[in-house]
Amino acid sequence: MNLFDDVIIDIQKLSFSRGERPIYSDVDIKIPRGKITAIMGPSGTGKTTLLRLIGGQLRPESGSILIDDQNVPELSRGDLFKIRERMGMLFQSGALFTDMSVFENVAFPLRVHTDLPEDMIRDIVLMKLQAVGLRGANTLMPSELSGGMARRVALARAISLDPDIVMYDEPFTGQDPIAMGVLVNLIRHLNQSLGHTSIIVSHDIQETLGIADYIYLIADASVIAHGTPEELKQVDSPQVRQFMHGLPDGPVPFHFPAGDYSDDLLQGGL
Amino acid sequence: MDRLALLGRAGLDKLAAFGRSSMILFQSLIAKPQPVMMFPLLIQQIYFVGVLSLVIIVVSGLFIGMVLGLQGYTILVDYGSEQAVGQMVALSLVRELAPVVTALLFAGRAGSALTAEIGLMKATEQLSSLEMIGVDPLRRIIAPRFWAGFICLPILAAIFAIVGIYGGAIVSIDWLGIYDGSFWANMQNSVDFGEDVVNGLIKAIVFGFVVTWIAVFQGYDCIPTSEGISQATTKTVVYSSLAVLSLDFILTAVMFGEL
Ligand SMILES: Nc1ncnc2c1ncn2[C@@H]1O[C@H](COP(=O)(O)OP(=O)(O)OP(=O)(O)O)[C@@H](O)[C@H]1O
Ligand SMILES: [Mg+2]
Repeated sequence: MNLFDDVIIDIQKLSFSRGERPIYSDVDIKIPRGKITAIMGPSGTGKTTLLRLIGGQLRPESGSILIDDQNVPELSRGDLFKIRERMGMLFQSGALFTDMSVFENVAFPLRVHTDLPEDMIRDIVLMKLQAVGLRGANTLMPSELSGGMARRVALARAISLDPDIVMYDEPFTGQDPIAMGVLVNLIRHLNQSLGHTSIIVSHDIQETLGIADYIYLIADASVIAHGTPEELKQVDSPQVRQFMHGLPDGPVPFHFPAGDYSDDLLQGGL
Repeated sequence: MDRLALLGRAGLDKLAAFGRSSMILFQSLIAKPQPVMMFPLLIQQIYFVGVLSLVIIVVSGLFIGMVLGLQGYTILVDYGSEQAVGQMVALSLVRELAPVVTALLFAGRAGSALTAEIGLMKATEQLSSLEMIGVDPLRRIIAPRFWAGFICLPILAAIFAIVGIYGGAIVSIDWLGIYDGSFWANMQNSVDFGEDVVNGLIKAIVFGFVVTWIAVFQGYDCIPTSEGISQATTKTVVYSSLAVLSLDFILTAVMFGEL
Protein backbone atom coordinates (compact mmCIF):
# COMPACT_ATOMS: atom_id res chain seq x y z
CA MET A 1 0.00 0.00 0.00
CA ASN A 2 1.25 3.44 -0.87
CA LEU A 3 1.71 5.93 1.98
CA PHE A 4 0.28 8.72 -0.10
CA ASP A 5 -3.03 7.11 -0.98
CA ASP A 6 -4.58 9.05 1.85
CA VAL A 7 -3.12 12.52 2.37
CA ILE A 8 -4.38 14.69 5.23
CA ILE A 9 -2.25 17.78 4.64
CA ASP A 10 -1.29 18.73 1.14
CA ILE A 11 1.05 21.69 0.77
CA GLN A 12 1.48 22.94 -2.75
CA LYS A 13 3.86 25.54 -4.15
CA LEU A 14 4.32 27.15 -0.77
CA SER A 15 6.39 30.33 -0.63
CA PHE A 16 7.11 32.35 2.48
CA SER A 17 9.82 34.82 3.36
CA ARG A 18 10.96 36.82 6.36
CA GLY A 19 11.88 40.24 5.06
CA GLU A 20 14.14 39.69 2.07
CA ARG A 21 15.11 36.17 3.06
CA PRO A 22 13.09 33.35 1.52
CA ILE A 23 12.24 30.66 4.09
CA TYR A 24 10.30 28.56 1.58
CA SER A 25 10.13 28.87 -2.16
CA ASP A 26 7.73 26.71 -4.12
CA VAL A 27 7.76 23.83 -1.70
CA ASP A 28 5.49 20.79 -1.99
CA ILE A 29 4.93 18.62 1.07
CA LYS A 30 2.35 15.90 1.59
CA ILE A 31 1.55 14.50 5.01
CA PRO A 32 -0.02 11.02 4.94
CA ARG A 33 -2.99 10.41 7.23
CA GLY A 34 -2.44 8.37 10.37
CA LYS A 35 1.31 8.24 9.93
CA ILE A 36 4.28 9.86 11.61
CA THR A 37 5.99 12.34 9.37
CA ALA A 38 9.23 13.94 10.43
CA ILE A 39 10.49 17.33 9.33
CA MET A 40 14.22 17.64 9.71
CA GLY A 41 16.78 20.20 8.76
CA PRO A 42 19.41 22.53 10.12
CA SER A 43 18.48 25.01 12.82
CA GLY A 44 16.90 28.16 11.46
CA THR A 45 15.68 26.69 8.18
CA GLY A 46 12.04 27.20 9.01
CA LYS A 47 10.71 24.04 10.59
CA THR A 48 8.82 25.88 13.30
CA THR A 49 7.69 28.30 10.63
CA LEU A 50 6.22 25.40 8.67
CA LEU A 51 4.18 24.25 11.66
CA ARG A 52 2.90 27.80 12.14
CA LEU A 53 1.95 27.98 8.48
CA ILE A 54 -0.01 24.75 8.81
CA GLY A 55 -1.70 26.08 11.93
CA GLY A 56 -2.64 29.27 10.12
CA GLN A 57 -0.66 31.53 12.45
CA LEU A 58 1.41 32.74 9.53
CA ARG A 59 0.17 33.40 6.04
CA PRO A 60 2.21 32.23 3.04
CA GLU A 61 2.97 34.64 0.22
CA SER A 62 1.68 32.10 -2.26
CA GLY A 63 0.73 28.48 -2.48
CA SER A 64 -1.89 26.45 -0.71
CA ILE A 65 -2.04 24.38 2.46
CA LEU A 66 -4.92 21.97 2.15
CA ILE A 67 -6.13 20.14 5.22
CA ASP A 68 -8.80 17.74 3.98
CA ASP A 69 -9.53 20.11 1.10
CA GLN A 70 -9.81 23.21 3.27
CA ASN A 71 -7.20 25.75 2.27
CA VAL A 72 -5.81 27.13 5.55
CA PRO A 73 -4.59 30.53 4.27
CA GLU A 74 -8.03 31.28 2.87
CA LEU A 75 -10.09 30.31 5.89
CA SER A 76 -12.06 32.96 7.74
CA ARG A 77 -11.05 33.72 11.30
CA GLY A 78 -13.89 31.63 12.66
CA ASP A 79 -13.18 28.62 10.44
CA LEU A 80 -9.52 28.84 11.33
CA PHE A 81 -10.31 28.51 15.02
CA LYS A 82 -12.64 25.63 14.21
CA ILE A 83 -10.02 23.71 12.27
CA ARG A 84 -7.47 24.26 15.03
CA GLU A 85 -9.66 22.24 17.37
CA ARG A 86 -8.58 19.29 15.24
CA MET A 87 -4.92 20.07 15.82
CA GLY A 88 -2.67 19.80 18.81
CA MET A 89 0.62 21.58 18.89
CA LEU A 90 3.55 21.15 21.19
CA PHE A 91 5.46 24.41 21.15
CA GLN A 92 9.22 24.45 21.18
CA SER A 93 9.08 26.47 24.39
CA GLY A 94 6.24 24.51 25.99
CA ALA A 95 4.13 27.66 26.36
CA LEU A 96 2.18 26.52 29.41
CA PHE A 97 -0.32 28.98 30.88
CA THR A 98 1.57 30.33 33.84
CA ASP A 99 -1.53 31.29 35.81
CA MET A 100 -2.87 27.72 35.88
CA SER A 101 -1.64 24.56 37.57
CA VAL A 102 -0.38 21.58 35.58
CA PHE A 103 -3.79 19.94 35.95
CA GLU A 104 -5.68 23.01 34.73
CA ASN A 105 -3.31 23.42 31.80
CA VAL A 106 -4.07 19.94 30.54
CA ALA A 107 -7.77 20.34 31.33
CA PHE A 108 -8.01 23.66 29.50
CA PRO A 109 -8.71 22.40 25.96
CA LEU A 110 -11.33 20.00 27.37
CA ARG A 111 -13.05 22.75 29.30
CA VAL A 112 -13.27 25.15 26.40
CA HIS A 113 -14.21 22.69 23.68
CA THR A 114 -16.30 20.02 25.40
CA ASP A 115 -19.16 19.83 27.90
CA LEU A 116 -17.74 16.84 29.73
CA PRO A 117 -18.62 16.52 33.42
CA GLU A 118 -15.92 17.37 35.91
CA ASP A 119 -15.05 13.82 36.98
CA MET A 120 -14.61 12.75 33.39
CA ILE A 121 -12.29 15.70 32.73
CA ARG A 122 -10.36 14.71 35.82
CA ASP A 123 -9.94 11.14 34.59
CA ILE A 124 -8.81 12.20 31.14
CA VAL A 125 -6.33 14.71 32.51
CA LEU A 126 -4.83 12.22 34.94
CA MET A 127 -4.56 9.64 32.16
CA LYS A 128 -2.73 12.07 29.90
CA LEU A 129 -0.42 13.11 32.71
CA GLN A 130 0.22 9.47 33.58
CA ALA A 131 1.20 8.86 29.97
CA VAL A 132 3.94 11.47 30.20
CA GLY A 133 4.94 10.33 33.68
CA LEU A 134 3.78 13.43 35.53
CA ARG A 135 0.52 12.45 37.22
CA GLY A 136 2.17 13.17 40.57
CA ALA A 137 2.97 16.72 39.46
CA ASN A 138 -0.61 17.70 38.71
CA THR A 139 -0.90 20.27 41.49
CA LEU A 140 2.34 22.07 40.67
CA MET A 141 2.43 25.44 38.94
CA PRO A 142 4.39 25.74 35.68
CA SER A 143 7.04 27.86 37.43
CA GLU A 144 7.81 24.87 39.67
CA LEU A 145 8.63 22.54 36.75
CA SER A 146 11.95 21.86 35.09
CA GLY A 147 12.27 22.56 31.37
CA GLY A 148 11.91 18.92 30.40
CA MET A 149 8.89 18.44 32.68
CA ALA A 150 7.20 21.55 31.30
CA ARG A 151 7.54 20.20 27.78
CA ARG A 152 6.00 16.90 28.80
CA VAL A 153 3.07 18.71 30.40
CA ALA A 154 2.72 20.71 27.20
CA LEU A 155 2.66 17.45 25.31
CA ALA A 156 -0.10 16.13 27.54
CA ARG A 157 -2.06 19.33 26.88
CA ALA A 158 -1.49 19.06 23.13
CA ILE A 159 -3.08 15.60 23.07
CA SER A 160 -5.79 16.10 25.67
CA LEU A 161 -8.54 16.55 23.06
CA ASP A 162 -7.27 13.59 21.02
CA PRO A 163 -6.76 15.77 17.96
CA ASP A 164 -6.53 14.36 14.42
CA ILE A 165 -3.24 16.07 13.79
CA VAL A 166 -0.56 16.51 16.41
CA MET A 167 2.44 18.69 15.69
CA TYR A 168 5.45 18.22 17.91
CA ASP A 169 8.11 20.90 17.77
CA GLU A 170 11.25 19.22 19.07
CA PRO A 171 9.60 16.95 21.63
CA PHE A 172 12.84 15.24 22.62
CA THR A 173 14.93 18.30 23.36
CA GLY A 174 15.95 18.52 27.00
CA GLN A 175 14.78 15.02 27.93
CA ASP A 176 16.93 12.44 29.64
CA PRO A 177 17.37 9.09 27.87
CA ILE A 178 14.60 7.44 29.89
CA ALA A 179 12.04 10.19 29.29
CA MET A 180 13.11 10.25 25.67
CA GLY A 181 12.39 6.54 25.31
CA VAL A 182 9.02 7.02 27.00
CA LEU A 183 8.12 9.89 24.69
CA VAL A 184 9.14 7.97 21.58
CA ASN A 185 6.91 5.11 22.67
CA LEU A 186 4.10 7.48 23.59
CA ILE A 187 4.13 9.16 20.20
CA ARG A 188 4.24 5.83 18.43
CA HIS A 189 1.46 4.48 20.62
CA LEU A 190 -0.79 7.51 20.10
CA ASN A 191 -0.24 7.17 16.44
CA GLN A 192 -0.97 3.46 16.24
CA SER A 193 -3.83 3.11 18.68
CA LEU A 194 -5.67 6.35 18.10
CA GLY A 195 -4.74 6.96 14.50
CA HIS A 196 -3.38 10.46 15.07
CA THR A 197 -1.45 11.98 12.26
CA SER A 198 1.80 13.16 13.77
CA ILE A 199 4.25 15.71 12.47
CA ILE A 200 7.52 15.74 14.33
CA VAL A 201 10.17 18.38 14.07
CA SER A 202 13.34 17.03 15.52
CA HIS A 203 17.11 17.08 15.46
CA ASP A 204 17.49 13.73 17.14
CA ILE A 205 18.28 11.68 14.08
CA GLN A 206 18.31 8.24 15.65
CA GLU A 207 15.00 8.63 17.49
CA THR A 208 13.36 10.20 14.50
CA LEU A 209 14.56 7.54 12.09
CA GLY A 210 13.23 5.02 14.57
CA ILE A 211 9.63 6.21 14.64
CA ALA A 212 9.01 8.19 11.47
CA ASP A 213 7.15 6.64 8.56
CA TYR A 214 8.27 9.37 6.25
CA ILE A 215 10.86 12.12 6.45
CA TYR A 216 11.27 15.49 4.79
CA LEU A 217 14.68 17.08 4.91
CA ILE A 218 14.53 20.83 4.54
CA ALA A 219 17.41 23.18 3.77
CA ASP A 220 17.90 26.32 1.73
CA ALA A 221 14.20 27.12 1.43
CA SER A 222 13.33 23.82 -0.21
CA VAL A 223 12.94 20.12 0.40
CA ILE A 224 16.34 18.61 -0.34
CA ALA A 225 15.28 15.03 0.19
CA HIS A 226 12.29 13.02 1.25
CA GLY A 227 11.50 9.40 1.71
CA THR A 228 11.10 6.64 4.23
CA PRO A 229 13.94 6.27 6.73
CA GLU A 230 15.31 3.38 4.68
CA GLU A 231 15.27 5.41 1.51
CA LEU A 232 16.95 8.39 3.16
CA LYS A 233 19.77 6.24 4.47
CA GLN A 234 20.46 5.19 0.89
CA VAL A 235 20.46 8.69 -0.59
CA ASP A 236 23.85 9.50 -1.95
CA SER A 237 23.65 13.29 -2.08
CA PRO A 238 26.43 14.85 0.01
CA GLN A 239 23.99 17.32 1.60
CA VAL A 240 21.75 14.57 2.89
CA ARG A 241 24.61 12.40 4.08
CA GLN A 242 26.14 15.32 5.90
CA PHE A 243 22.96 15.97 7.81
CA MET A 244 22.15 12.37 8.53
CA HIS A 245 25.61 11.78 9.94
CA GLY A 246 25.96 15.11 11.69
CA LEU A 247 29.15 16.19 9.95
CA PRO A 248 30.07 19.83 10.55
CA ASP A 249 31.66 20.38 7.14
CA GLY A 250 29.92 19.90 3.87
CA PRO A 251 27.46 21.52 1.56
CA VAL A 252 24.87 22.30 4.28
CA PRO A 253 25.92 25.59 5.84
CA PHE A 254 26.04 25.59 9.62
CA HIS A 255 26.12 29.39 9.66
CA PHE A 256 23.33 31.87 9.19
CA PRO A 257 23.95 33.65 5.86
CA ALA A 258 26.75 36.17 6.50
CA GLY A 259 29.50 38.11 4.80
CA ASP A 260 33.12 37.08 4.79
CA TYR A 261 34.27 36.17 8.30
CA SER A 262 37.74 37.76 8.16
CA ASP A 263 36.31 40.94 6.64
CA ASP A 264 33.86 41.14 9.50
CA LEU A 265 36.55 40.69 12.12
CA LEU A 266 38.88 43.20 10.49
CA GLN A 267 36.18 45.83 10.15
CA GLY A 268 36.21 46.45 13.89
CA GLY A 269 39.79 47.75 13.52
CA LEU A 270 42.67 46.70 15.70
CA MET B 1 14.81 64.46 1.61
CA ASP B 2 15.78 61.55 3.82
CA ARG B 3 14.30 63.26 6.83
CA LEU B 4 11.08 63.82 4.98
CA ALA B 5 10.98 60.15 4.07
CA LEU B 6 11.64 59.19 7.68
CA LEU B 7 8.88 61.46 8.85
CA GLY B 8 6.53 59.90 6.33
CA ARG B 9 7.62 56.43 7.45
CA ALA B 10 6.95 57.29 11.10
CA GLY B 11 3.57 58.73 10.17
CA LEU B 12 2.65 55.62 8.22
CA ASP B 13 3.80 53.39 11.08
CA LYS B 14 1.57 55.29 13.49
CA LEU B 15 -1.32 55.03 11.09
CA ALA B 16 -0.76 51.29 10.68
CA ALA B 17 -0.62 50.86 14.46
CA PHE B 18 -3.88 52.74 14.79
CA GLY B 19 -5.41 50.44 12.18
CA ARG B 20 -4.19 47.34 14.00
CA SER B 21 -5.45 48.61 17.33
CA SER B 22 -8.88 49.29 15.85
CA MET B 23 -8.97 45.78 14.41
CA ILE B 24 -8.12 44.34 17.81
CA LEU B 25 -10.79 46.46 19.43
CA PHE B 26 -13.36 45.35 16.90
CA GLN B 27 -12.52 41.68 17.00
CA SER B 28 -12.33 41.43 20.75
CA LEU B 29 -15.41 43.45 21.60
CA ILE B 30 -17.87 43.68 18.82
CA ALA B 31 -17.52 40.51 16.79
CA LYS B 32 -19.59 37.77 18.48
CA PRO B 33 -19.43 38.46 22.20
CA GLN B 34 -19.68 35.36 24.40
CA PRO B 35 -21.14 36.59 27.67
CA VAL B 36 -21.29 33.19 29.37
CA MET B 37 -17.64 32.40 28.90
CA MET B 38 -16.72 36.00 29.62
CA PHE B 39 -18.44 36.47 32.95
CA PRO B 40 -16.10 34.63 35.35
CA LEU B 41 -13.07 35.99 33.52
CA LEU B 42 -14.52 39.47 33.74
CA ILE B 43 -15.07 39.20 37.48
CA GLN B 44 -11.50 38.04 37.93
CA GLN B 45 -10.17 40.96 35.92
CA ILE B 46 -12.37 43.47 37.73
CA TYR B 47 -10.69 42.22 40.86
CA PHE B 48 -7.18 42.62 39.44
CA VAL B 49 -7.78 45.90 37.66
CA GLY B 50 -10.30 47.57 39.93
CA VAL B 51 -10.28 46.22 43.46
CA LEU B 52 -6.51 46.14 43.68
CA SER B 53 -6.39 49.79 42.56
CA LEU B 54 -8.68 50.86 45.38
CA VAL B 55 -5.98 51.65 47.92
CA ILE B 56 -4.04 54.04 45.73
CA ILE B 57 -7.28 55.73 44.61
CA VAL B 58 -8.63 56.19 48.13
CA VAL B 59 -5.36 57.48 49.56
CA SER B 60 -4.76 59.87 46.67
CA GLY B 61 -8.35 61.08 46.74
CA LEU B 62 -8.15 61.79 50.43
CA PHE B 63 -4.96 63.82 50.17
CA ILE B 64 -6.06 65.75 47.12
CA GLY B 65 -9.34 66.64 48.82
CA MET B 66 -7.46 67.81 51.89
CA VAL B 67 -5.06 69.92 49.85
CA LEU B 68 -7.99 71.45 47.99
CA GLY B 69 -9.64 72.33 51.28
CA LEU B 70 -6.50 74.02 52.58
CA GLN B 71 -5.72 75.90 49.38
CA GLY B 72 -9.32 76.93 48.84
CA TYR B 73 -9.57 78.25 52.37
CA THR B 74 -6.39 80.34 52.19
CA ILE B 75 -7.57 82.00 49.00
CA LEU B 76 -11.23 82.42 49.89
CA VAL B 77 -10.62 83.70 53.39
CA ASP B 78 -9.09 86.89 51.92
CA TYR B 79 -12.44 87.68 50.35
CA GLY B 80 -14.36 86.62 53.41
CA SER B 81 -16.09 83.90 51.45
CA GLU B 82 -14.49 80.87 53.07
CA GLN B 83 -17.97 79.36 53.38
CA ALA B 84 -17.69 78.58 49.65
CA VAL B 85 -14.81 76.17 50.16
CA GLY B 86 -17.16 73.19 50.03
CA GLN B 87 -18.42 74.27 46.66
CA MET B 88 -14.88 74.76 45.38
CA VAL B 89 -13.67 71.39 46.57
CA ALA B 90 -16.64 69.55 45.15
CA LEU B 91 -16.67 71.29 41.80
CA SER B 92 -12.97 70.87 41.13
CA LEU B 93 -13.11 67.22 42.12
CA VAL B 94 -16.24 66.24 40.27
CA ARG B 95 -15.55 68.17 37.09
CA GLU B 96 -11.80 67.73 36.72
CA LEU B 97 -9.63 66.12 39.30
CA ALA B 98 -11.50 62.91 39.96
CA PRO B 99 -11.66 61.71 36.35
CA VAL B 100 -8.25 63.05 35.33
CA VAL B 101 -6.19 62.02 38.35
CA THR B 102 -7.94 58.66 38.59
CA ALA B 103 -7.19 58.00 34.92
CA LEU B 104 -3.54 58.95 35.36
CA LEU B 105 -3.16 56.78 38.46
CA PHE B 106 -5.05 53.99 36.73
CA ALA B 107 -2.70 54.12 33.75
CA GLY B 108 0.27 53.79 36.06
CA ARG B 109 -1.18 51.18 38.37
CA ALA B 110 -3.41 48.99 36.20
CA GLY B 111 -2.61 49.96 32.60
CA SER B 112 1.09 49.19 32.89
CA ALA B 113 0.31 45.89 34.60
CA LEU B 114 -2.09 44.93 31.79
CA THR B 115 0.50 45.72 29.15
CA ALA B 116 3.25 43.80 30.90
CA GLU B 117 1.03 40.80 31.53
CA ILE B 118 -0.22 40.54 27.97
CA GLY B 119 3.26 41.23 26.58
CA LEU B 120 4.75 38.43 28.67
CA MET B 121 2.02 36.07 27.54
CA LYS B 122 2.98 36.90 24.00
CA ALA B 123 6.71 36.47 24.64
CA THR B 124 6.20 33.08 26.27
CA GLU B 125 3.99 31.95 23.35
CA GLN B 126 0.96 31.59 25.61
CA LEU B 127 -1.11 33.63 23.16
CA SER B 128 0.09 31.47 20.27
CA SER B 129 -0.74 28.31 22.12
CA LEU B 130 -4.22 29.61 22.92
CA GLU B 131 -4.69 30.19 19.21
CA MET B 132 -3.55 26.68 18.40
CA ILE B 133 -5.90 25.23 21.00
CA GLY B 134 -8.61 26.96 19.02
CA VAL B 135 -9.35 29.77 21.48
CA ASP B 136 -9.22 33.33 20.24
CA PRO B 137 -6.90 35.24 22.57
CA LEU B 138 -8.66 38.46 21.66
CA ARG B 139 -11.84 37.15 23.23
CA ARG B 140 -10.32 35.16 26.02
CA ILE B 141 -7.51 37.48 27.15
CA ILE B 142 -8.09 40.93 25.68
CA ALA B 143 -11.86 41.34 25.91
CA PRO B 144 -12.31 40.68 29.66
CA ARG B 145 -9.38 42.94 30.49
CA PHE B 146 -10.74 45.66 28.30
CA TRP B 147 -14.23 45.53 29.79
CA ALA B 148 -12.83 45.40 33.30
CA GLY B 149 -10.88 48.61 32.78
CA PHE B 150 -13.80 50.26 31.07
CA ILE B 151 -16.16 49.40 33.93
CA CYS B 152 -13.74 50.07 36.78
CA LEU B 153 -12.44 53.49 35.89
CA PRO B 154 -15.73 55.41 36.26
CA ILE B 155 -16.40 53.64 39.56
CA LEU B 156 -12.91 54.42 40.80
CA ALA B 157 -13.34 58.05 39.73
CA ALA B 158 -16.59 58.27 41.69
CA ILE B 159 -14.90 56.82 44.76
CA PHE B 160 -12.05 59.26 44.28
CA ALA B 161 -14.48 62.19 44.22
CA ILE B 162 -16.40 61.03 47.30
CA VAL B 163 -13.27 60.39 49.35
CA GLY B 164 -11.82 63.71 48.16
CA ILE B 165 -14.89 65.62 49.30
CA TYR B 166 -14.57 63.92 52.66
CA GLY B 167 -10.95 64.96 52.85
CA GLY B 168 -11.93 68.53 52.06
CA ALA B 169 -14.61 68.40 54.73
CA ILE B 170 -12.22 67.09 57.37
CA VAL B 171 -9.79 69.92 56.73
CA SER B 172 -12.36 72.70 56.39
CA ILE B 173 -14.80 71.72 59.11
CA ASP B 174 -12.69 69.96 61.70
CA TRP B 175 -9.42 71.86 61.37
CA LEU B 176 -10.27 75.26 59.95
CA GLY B 177 -13.55 75.55 61.76
CA ILE B 178 -15.92 76.32 58.91
CA TYR B 179 -19.52 75.88 59.91
CA ASP B 180 -20.51 72.47 58.56
CA GLY B 181 -24.04 73.52 57.62
CA SER B 182 -22.83 76.13 55.20
CA PHE B 183 -20.07 73.87 53.88
CA TRP B 184 -22.54 71.20 52.77
CA ALA B 185 -25.34 73.57 51.81
CA ASN B 186 -23.08 75.60 49.56
CA MET B 187 -21.90 72.43 47.95
CA GLN B 188 -25.42 71.16 47.37
CA ASN B 189 -26.58 74.41 45.86
CA SER B 190 -23.74 74.72 43.42
CA VAL B 191 -23.09 71.19 42.21
CA ASP B 192 -25.55 70.42 39.48
CA PHE B 193 -26.22 66.76 38.81
CA GLY B 194 -26.80 66.94 35.08
CA GLU B 195 -24.15 69.54 34.48
CA ASP B 196 -21.33 68.47 36.77
CA VAL B 197 -21.74 64.89 37.91
CA VAL B 198 -22.84 63.54 34.55
CA ASN B 199 -20.11 65.41 32.70
CA GLY B 200 -17.50 64.15 35.14
CA LEU B 201 -18.76 60.61 34.63
CA ILE B 202 -18.68 60.97 30.86
CA LYS B 203 -15.07 62.04 31.14
CA ALA B 204 -14.25 59.04 33.30
CA ILE B 205 -15.95 56.69 30.84
CA VAL B 206 -14.04 58.15 27.91
CA PHE B 207 -10.75 57.94 29.81
CA GLY B 208 -11.48 54.38 30.88
CA PHE B 209 -12.04 53.41 27.27
CA VAL B 210 -8.91 55.13 25.99
CA VAL B 211 -6.51 54.09 28.75
CA THR B 212 -7.51 50.42 28.66
CA TRP B 213 -7.49 50.36 24.89
CA ILE B 214 -3.95 51.73 24.84
CA ALA B 215 -2.84 49.30 27.56
CA VAL B 216 -4.18 46.11 25.97
CA PHE B 217 -3.08 47.14 22.49
CA GLN B 218 0.47 47.94 23.60
CA GLY B 219 0.68 44.54 25.28
CA TYR B 220 -0.78 42.64 22.34
CA ASP B 221 1.31 44.46 19.76
CA CYS B 222 4.62 44.55 21.63
CA ILE B 223 7.86 43.06 20.39
CA PRO B 224 7.97 39.81 22.38
CA THR B 225 11.27 40.37 24.17
CA SER B 226 12.22 41.91 27.51
CA GLU B 227 13.10 45.25 25.90
CA GLY B 228 9.95 45.13 23.82
CA ILE B 229 7.81 44.64 26.90
CA SER B 230 9.53 47.39 28.85
CA GLN B 231 9.09 49.78 25.92
CA ALA B 232 5.46 48.84 25.61
CA THR B 233 4.85 49.41 29.32
CA THR B 234 6.45 52.83 29.12
CA LYS B 235 4.43 53.67 26.03
CA THR B 236 1.23 52.71 27.84
CA VAL B 237 1.88 55.17 30.64
CA VAL B 238 3.12 57.97 28.37
CA TYR B 239 0.45 57.64 25.69
CA SER B 240 -2.36 57.23 28.21
CA SER B 241 -1.28 60.29 30.15
CA LEU B 242 -1.03 62.41 27.03
CA ALA B 243 -4.32 61.10 25.74
CA VAL B 244 -6.08 61.74 29.04
CA LEU B 245 -4.80 65.29 29.40
CA SER B 246 -5.51 66.30 25.82
CA LEU B 247 -8.92 64.64 25.77
CA ASP B 248 -9.71 66.35 29.04
CA PHE B 249 -9.11 69.72 27.43
CA ILE B 250 -11.27 68.86 24.44
CA LEU B 251 -14.08 67.46 26.57
CA THR B 252 -13.98 70.42 28.94
CA ALA B 253 -14.12 72.82 26.01
CA VAL B 254 -17.14 71.00 24.60
CA MET B 255 -18.95 70.60 27.93
CA PHE B 256 -18.27 73.84 29.72
CA GLY B 257 -16.80 76.18 27.14
CA GLU B 258 -18.97 78.54 25.11
CA LEU B 259 -17.81 77.05 21.83
N1 LIG C 1 9.33 36.65 14.15
C1 LIG C 1 10.32 36.55 13.26
N2 LIG C 1 10.73 37.63 12.58
C2 LIG C 1 11.71 37.55 11.65
N3 LIG C 1 12.35 36.43 11.34
C3 LIG C 1 12.00 35.31 11.98
C4 LIG C 1 10.97 35.30 12.97
N4 LIG C 1 10.83 34.06 13.44
C5 LIG C 1 11.72 33.31 12.77
N5 LIG C 1 12.44 34.06 11.89
C6 LIG C 1 13.48 33.58 10.98
O1 LIG C 1 12.93 32.51 10.25
C7 LIG C 1 13.88 31.46 10.14
C8 LIG C 1 13.20 30.16 10.45
O2 LIG C 1 12.83 30.13 11.82
P1 LIG C 1 12.26 28.83 12.48
O3 LIG C 1 11.93 29.19 13.90
O4 LIG C 1 11.18 28.29 11.64
O5 LIG C 1 13.53 27.87 12.44
P2 LIG C 1 13.61 26.35 12.88
O6 LIG C 1 13.87 25.57 11.64
O7 LIG C 1 12.45 25.97 13.70
O8 LIG C 1 14.93 26.37 13.76
P3 LIG C 1 15.25 25.58 15.12
O9 LIG C 1 15.57 24.20 14.73
O10 LIG C 1 16.45 26.30 15.64
O11 LIG C 1 14.07 25.71 16.00
C9 LIG C 1 15.01 31.76 11.12
O12 LIG C 1 16.19 31.85 10.38
C10 LIG C 1 14.67 33.07 11.75
O13 LIG C 1 15.75 33.97 11.58
MG1 LIG D 1 12.12 25.65 15.67
